[in-house]
Formats: sequence, structure tokens, C-alpha cells
Amino acid sequence: MSFPLLTATAVVPAVGALATAAVPAARRTAAKWLALGFALATLVLSAAQLVRFDPDAAGPFQLTESHAWIKDFGVRYDLGVDGISVVLIALTALLIPFVVLAGWHDADPLEDASTRWRPTQGFFALILMVEAMVVIAFEATDVFLFYIFFEAMLIPMYFLIGGFGDRAGERGEAETAAQRSYAAVKFLLYNLVGGLIMLAAVIGLYAVTAHQLGTGTFSLTEIVQARANGSLEFATTTERALFLGFFFAFAVKAPLWPLHTWLPNAMGEATAPVAVLITAVVDKVGTFAMLRFCLQLFPEASKWATPVILVLSLISILYGALLAVGQRDIKRLIAYASISHFGFIVLGIFAMTTQGQGGATLYMVNHGISTAALMLVAGFLISRRGSRLIADYGGVQKVAPVLAGTFLVGGLATLSLPGLAPFVSEFLVLVGTFSRYPVIGVLATVGIVLAALYVLVLYQRTMTGPVAEPVRGMPDLRARELVVVAPLIVLLLVLGVYPKPVTRIVEPAVEHTMSQVHQSDPKPDVHVNDVEAAK
Amino acid sequence: MSRTATVHSLWTTAAAEPPVRIPAPHIEYAQLSPTLIVLGAALVGVLVEAFLPRRTRYHAQLLLTVVGLAAAFAAVIALAAGGFAGDKARVAAMGAVAVDGPALFLQGTILLVGLIAAFTFAERRLEPTAHGRPVDSFAAQGAAVPGGEAERKAVAAGMTTTEVFPVMLFAIGGMLVFPAANDLLTLFVALEVFSLPLYVLCALARRQRLLSQESAVKYFLLGAFSSAFLLFGVALLYGYAGTVTYSGIADVVGGTTRTLDPALASTTGNDALLLIGGAMVLVGLLFKVGAVPFHMWTPDVYQGAPTPVTGFMAAATKVAAFGALLRLLYVVLPGMRWDWRPVMWGVAIVTMLVGAIVAVTQTDVKRLLAYSSIAHAGFILAGVIATTPDGVSSVLFYLGAYSFVTLGAFAVVTLVRDAGGEATHLSKWAGLGRRSPLVAAVFAVFLLAFAGIPLTSGFAGKFAVFKAAAQGGAAPLVIVGVLSSAIAAFFYIRVIVLMFFSEPKAEGPTVSVPSPLTSTAIAVGVVVTLVLGVAPQYFLDLAGQAGTFVR
Repeated sequence: MSFPLLTATAVVPAVGALATAAVPAARRTAAKWLALGFALATLVLSAAQLVRFDPDAAGPFQLTESHAWIKDFGVRYDLGVDGISVVLIALTALLIPFVVLAGWHDADPLEDASTRWRPTQGFFALILMVEAMVVIAFEATDVFLFYIFFEAMLIPMYFLIGGFGDRAGERGEAETAAQRSYAAVKFLLYNLVGGLIMLAAVIGLYAVTAHQLGTGTFSLTEIVQARANGSLEFATTTERALFLGFFFAFAVKAPLWPLHTWLPNAMGEATAPVAVLITAVVDKVGTFAMLRFCLQLFPEASKWATPVILVLSLISILYGALLAVGQRDIKRLIAYASISHFGFIVLGIFAMTTQGQGGATLYMVNHGISTAALMLVAGFLISRRGSRLIADYGGVQKVAPVLAGTFLVGGLATLSLPGLAPFVSEFLVLVGTFSRYPVIGVLATVGIVLAALYVLVLYQRTMTGPVAEPVRGMPDLRARELVVVAPLIVLLLVLGVYPKPVTRIVEPAVEHTMSQVHQSDPKPDVHVNDVEAAK
Repeated sequence: MSRTATVHSLWTTAAAEPPVRIPAPHIEYAQLSPTLIVLGAALVGVLVEAFLPRRTRYHAQLLLTVVGLAAAFAAVIALAAGGFAGDKARVAAMGAVAVDGPALFLQGTILLVGLIAAFTFAERRLEPTAHGRPVDSFAAQGAAVPGGEAERKAVAAGMTTTEVFPVMLFAIGGMLVFPAANDLLTLFVALEVFSLPLYVLCALARRQRLLSQESAVKYFLLGAFSSAFLLFGVALLYGYAGTVTYSGIADVVGGTTRTLDPALASTTGNDALLLIGGAMVLVGLLFKVGAVPFHMWTPDVYQGAPTPVTGFMAAATKVAAFGALLRLLYVVLPGMRWDWRPVMWGVAIVTMLVGAIVAVTQTDVKRLLAYSSIAHAGFILAGVIATTPDGVSSVLFYLGAYSFVTLGAFAVVTLVRDAGGEATHLSKWAGLGRRSPLVAAVFAVFLLAFAGIPLTSGFAGKFAVFKAAAQGGAAPLVIVGVLSSAIAAFFYIRVIVLMFFSEPKAEGPTVSVPSPLTSTAIAVGVVVTLVLGVAPQYFLDLAGQAGTFVR
């Protein structure tokens, strides 16, 4: 038996979480280095996954591991990666060290804290715990196994949002704490309700497979195979109900309009690294799961629901962008921008074209990197001034040019400037959508225009103009902060010019997913092109 | 039976046969040993109370209780290993008590719960010493008037109520018989045997004596009322079937037997009697389970009783009562499935929703846990309704998982104290996570298990019962179940928010450092919660093998 690489990638951060949590209260710095070490070790393992992953190999999943787990529930500990998940695991493993570094001082206790309260250890342990759970959720090919970690990751995430925030600033300690716990509870309840509705669908899936196959199973491969050879057939209503149960949970997580309202609260109140963790890492599980589980388990229902989902994602794109334009709070602005971007991702997935889905996957990666860059720099900015309000800034580029410059690059990536990574993915998504749904494709491009508006206005108000009084004397990026930002910006540039390494890995997996959905009908985008050509 | 089969009427019996000789009952002592050991230990405990000097009683009672419960548990294991949980399952004591898988599984659970609960009963480090002597959470003298002269003297003399141990053993003895009872009279006797000691235990709180006595009176009155229902139901069922044995009634329900008792010829097979009688017996059992609309006693009793008793009662009573309910529905009334299922559907739905919704407004930890126990009763009922072997084993698993979480949660409640004893008002728990991270984290684990978050035993249990319900054709119940889980999650989370994200109050409670006894109870709770959450397969197998009732 070969080395269980996938298990190791999840176990290493989990062990790191326990080790970090066990560090004595006084050894705060040791805990930070320990956490960083484990995060880097996970990155190495994830790189090993990329190396050992063969994009052209046959079969849907690679590096598979399979063990019996809970026989009574038909649950197996089945892991496997396809091109999509291996890339997303790499994104996660890549971002976590930056999150740890960026949050280096976010959880330092105040002077008067008691000795038994160890927030620093807790903060980094929770981050690593989230990483472990996200990784295993990306790897799981058993629906139940996925569900368990999909739900369980809410708990450490909840403590990260509710337990740690920016310094209180002008709002006062009590007000800040109240806002924060409100945001944490809202996050948890939205996601928990989504998850519980999915639980009903998971149980329903078991009931259907147990009824038709004799033994209930949650194995994605088994169910897909059984559907292909006809031994498992969902009744139309059942399939639609189950699909809706799954999709609801993923749409809350993603988040899709109108289930998005928890995200601005959570991202606004959480510290910048935690906000990155939410939007760049945890939310990706939602969009990823749409691709892996909704489309593959319920292809017919997915096609049935496509029109509605496309409209919802279009609304997300436009509504998120419009609200971003109107924000006065930097972090909430980025949150609404993310909602707009998640709209693009879902649009790409449900456009049901190879470009669309490939673009959506690439978008997940690029959005992760670009949001991380923008949000972390915004976090550095906020930590200097102690305010999240755009109006409190002005002329930063004269005082802290490097900070302003990196902020600009992150912002330009967010508005999908050609040459930066998100442009490629956004373009692919729009092309993929246009080839089948031209009207929606055209309307979605309005989102890009709005993106330019909110990013440039944000930059103009905070960074240009006369130097605002509180900004005077603001220090530029420190070495630690540069170490965080520089690699992200390099990545944005590289992937913007040369996205091939990622698309090369993703494409076969996307084609496989497409073949699952279109088992019988020909690729409709060909038809559209034919019609265009005939004209 | 063969003797009476030849009988034609009341008059010929008397004329044709010699006076009937009452046969000496044949008792299978070995198969009944768990119950006998516990009741024997309880009797010895009474003697200890009568003859041993006061200062040695505590240690003697504790030792006796622990040894008695451990021996009884060993007997259960031996019986299960001897095949009584499987193909050798049988009915013992002249048809009065079943020795089968569900009975042994539930008895084992009750004994373990009792053992852990005994530890919390024996805790003597939490209360400040009274006149130099360590005391537990029970009244110095149960009979003394609260605040009266007798009580003052008893406290000054450093008296403690070591009677709680034998009383608890009697309760456990009754609980062991309750899920194994195979005729309605045994069921009733077992019900009384475990209820009466519980009423007494509820009245024995050291602090807040009046609240405690009020809770005992409420519990007693309502309990007596429900017992009356049960007994009336038993009488009607006897009228219907001419027998009180489960299998005998089941045969009449199924229409397979026609051996009429001449005295009951006019009522036998009368469906009205069956329906009313069955419903009344169910009322009695649903009262003990704490299902809506028979749940009114739960919050008051849970709040007023001494917290170790609440933990014990919440865990063990539920196990015993659901065991009896399962046996009644699966052995006696399977032929009536189409009649009782719609009713139980309604009860389950209302129980889940009321428990979850009313809990949201609670401000006292013990009342909160009481309403949460009501909601959980609803979840378990969803598994009961499945009427499949899967349903039985899922309920057994849920009961095992739930009872340890409950015990642990109430044990944590005993630790959080201020000058007035336990600080159960939720506002006092604010900021507990800052002050005592470990205790708050442990309580959070229990709350997450109650909420059914994955990787805790609560999730495995919930999944098991909902899965069984879905397969048993009760999909709407599953939907209501997940929705009320979502509501329930809200108030569990609220407590976590309070503990971790609120600023500690200056005059807030402190967390007492318990003796190893309570620490053990809490540690066992945490370990069981996590093990059943991460690797439940072994215990699911166990519950699965124990899923068949003997008739």
C-alpha cells in the first residue's frame, strides 16, 4: 500500500492545530512559528499531490484511498482527487501560510488578559483546523464524508469570526463585540440551516440507494456508475428534491443571492486574514461541491434547475457589484465584490459548457488569490488606522507608496484587468455563457463595468488626493507584510499571462464532469455555433 | 394454558376439577441477575444506613453502589456473551420479564449511566463545607422543614443524606425491569419502583429547598396521574385480551388466538377497549419520556431537582421509558400499526417543534436542557415510528449516545457556582470561556453534540434515527426533524456565544474544581461523545445485533 498522501495532507494541519493549541500561554511566538511550520508542511504535501497527479490518467479520481468507516450508514472513508480538487487543495494550502503570516499579531492578547486565556494559540489552531477540514472536504468522494466536514468546518470558522476582530477603534469595545458575535451567529445559522436541509437530502439519497441497490451507499463513483448502467434511477421529483437540498446548502456557502447576507457581516467583522479564509477558502467548498456533487449526482435535475440558477447568479453579479459601489466600509465592499464574483463562478458552472466550467474552476483559484491580496492589504491598512471606513482615508499613496501600489494591483485583479489572472477566467466564463445563453452573457458583462467603478472609486478615495490627517505618518508595508503580499502579486501576474499550468490540470476533469451531465445529448454549444455560422 | 383450554364455563371448572394448585413460580435467577444484584445492593444499602455509624456510611454506600452496579453490568455482559442477546433470547420469570437484545442493551446503558451518575451523587468538594464537614448536593435531612429548627440542627450536626445511594439503586432496579417487562403488570410495578425513588430524590436538594420540594410534588402528582392512566389502560387491555402478557395481547390483536376466557367473553376482541386501553398505556409511557403534550413536568422538575439527580433522571429515565415504549409498540401492538402510527407521528412532530421553539426563550441552563430533552424525545420518537429493525437499533444507539452527553452536561452545570450555589441563570454564564476555557470548551462539546454537529455522537445518533425514519416511509418527519434541529441549534449556539464572546461580569460565578468523581463523569461524557461521533461503527453493530425483540 502506497503512502496515503491525501490523508496526510489533511492530517498534518489537524495535528498542527492540536500542537499549536497545546503550546503554553506564555510561548505565544512559538505557537505562531509552529502553526506556520505546519501550514508550510501542508503546502509541501499539496505540491506533492500536484506532482503525482497525472492530468491525462484515465478514471475520474486519482491517488484514491478507500477504507470502511461506518458500515451501518453505508459510509466509506473514500478519498480521491480530480483536476478540480487538486487545484483547489493547492490554492488552500498556498493561502494558509499567508493567512497565518498576515494574522501574526491579530490575536495577541491585550495587556490585562488573564494567563489562562490563550487567544493566540486558539487563533492559529482554529485556522489550521479549518484548513484540515477544507482539504478533506475537497478530497472526499463519499457524500457523507464530505457532508461531515462541510458541516464541521463551521465550528472553528464560527469561533474565528466571533472570537477575534479588529481593534475596537472609535466604535467602542462593547459595540464591536456585539457586532462580531452577531456576525458569527448569523454566519453559523445560515450555514447550519443550509447544512441541515442538505442532511435531509443526504438521508434521502441513502434511502433511494438502499431501496434500489439493496445496500445504501454514499460513494460518488458507485452512484454515478449505477446511474450509468441503469441499476439506479431517480424518479424525477425525487431527484429534483434531492438536488434542491444539496444546492441550497452550497448556495448558502457560496454564497448566492438571496442567501448571501451573512457574508458582508462576517467579512466585515472578522479580521482580514479570517475574511480571506472565509471567502477564498471556505466558500470555495460551496462552488466546488456544486461541480462535484450537484452536477454529477443529479445531472437531470441540474439541467432542470439551470434557468433559475443562471438568473440567480446574474442577480448576484449585478446586485453584489451595485452594493459594492455603495459601500462606505472597505471590508464590506470587498465582501460584496466577492458576492459578485461568486455569481460569475456559479454562472460558469451552470452554463454547462467546457469553457464555462473550466473558467469557473480557474475563477475559483484566481478569485482566491486576488481577494487574498486585496483583503490582506486592506487589513494592513485598517490595522494602521483602526478604521474600516473609506472616508477616514485619503492620500495614502503619498505616505505609503508600496502599500498603495499593492492595493492597486489587488484591486485591478479584482476588476479583471487583462494581464492579471482573473481576466482569463472571467473571459472564459463569459464566453462559455454567451455560447449558450447570449442574453445572460451580455448582461453579466455589466458586472465588469461596475467592478471597475467600485475598485477605482475605492482606490481614488483612499489612496489619492490630499493626505488625510490621520493617515499622516502612516508606516509603509513592513517586511512580514511584504512577504505576504509579494508572492500573491507575482502569482496574479504569472497566471494572468500564462494560465496553462492550471487549465491543463483542470480541463480533463471538467470534460469528465461535462460528460456526466450530458450523458445522452450532444454538446449544445456546437449547435449554437453552427447557427451562428449559418447566419 | 393447557389446563384452562379444556374449560367450558365458570361453573364446570369448579365442579369438574380439584382446587387448582398454584404452581411454584419458576425463576431463572441467572437470567435476572442484573436486576437482582442491583436490588440486593439496594437492600444492603438500607441495612448499612440502619447499622453503620454515620461517619463510615458515605464510603460504605459509595463502594456498595459502585460494586453493585459494576457487578450488575458484568452480569449483563455475561448474559449478552452467553447468547441471550441473540438466538437464545427468551422470556424469563414465568413470562414476566424478557431477556433479549434490546433489554440487555438498555440495561447495560442504564447501569453505566447509573454508575457515572453515582459519581456525581458522591461529589463532596463543590459545596462549601458545613461546620467543617464536606457535604454533597443533597439536603442534610430530607424530612426537615426548609429553614426550620430541625434543618438548622441537622446542618450543624454535619448530617448528610447517604440514603440517596440505596434510593438511587432502587430506582435503577426498577429501570432495569421497565424496558424488559413482558407483561403489563410487571410494566406497572417497574414503573412505580423506579418512579417513587425519583420523586424522593427530587426533593432532596441542599440549596433552594422549596424549589426542590415543589418540583418533587409536581413530579409526584403528575406522575401518579400518569400511572393511573397506565393502570387503567392495563385494565382495559386485560378486558380486551383476557391476558396481560405481551405475546398474549399481540396474539389477540393479530387474531391468531381464540381461547376465550369465559368471564371476559363479552369484551374480548372489542376494539374500543383495545384502542382506549392502548392509548392510555401510551399516555403513561409518553409522560415518562417527556413527549408533548405530556411534557409539562419536565422543565420544573429538571430545574428544581438536585442537578446530579436531574442528570441521572434525564438520562436513565429516558432510556428505560423508551425501551418500554419500543417493546410495547413492537411486541404488543404491531398489528395496530396503522392505528398508532398517525398518532405517534403527530406526537413526534409536536414534540420536536415545541421542545425546540420553547427552548429558545429559556434563561436558565437547567430549563434549557429540559426543553432540549423534550426536543430530543421527539427525534427519538421519529426512530420509534420507523417500525423496522433499523428503527429499533437506531433508537438504542441514540439513547446510549444521548444519555452520556446529558450526564456530562449536567455534571458541568454543577461546577459553575456563585455564593447562592449553582449559578444556573444563563446571564451568569457570560464570559465563562474567558475565565475557565477548559470547562467552557467541554460544555461547548456537549452543546454541539446536542445540536447534532458532525463528529459528535449527537450527529451519528440523529443520522441513525432520521435514516431509519426515512426508510420507514416517514420522510416528512425527517424534514420536520431537520427544521427543528435548526431551531434547536440556535439556542445551543446562543449559550456558546454567551460563554465565549461575552465579556465576563465582575461578580460572575466561579468554576469550582471538582473531585476526581465528577471529573471522571465529565471525562467519560466527552470521550463517549467524541468516540461515538468519529467511530460509531462498533456501537452501531452492537445496537444492530440487539435490535430484535423476543416474544
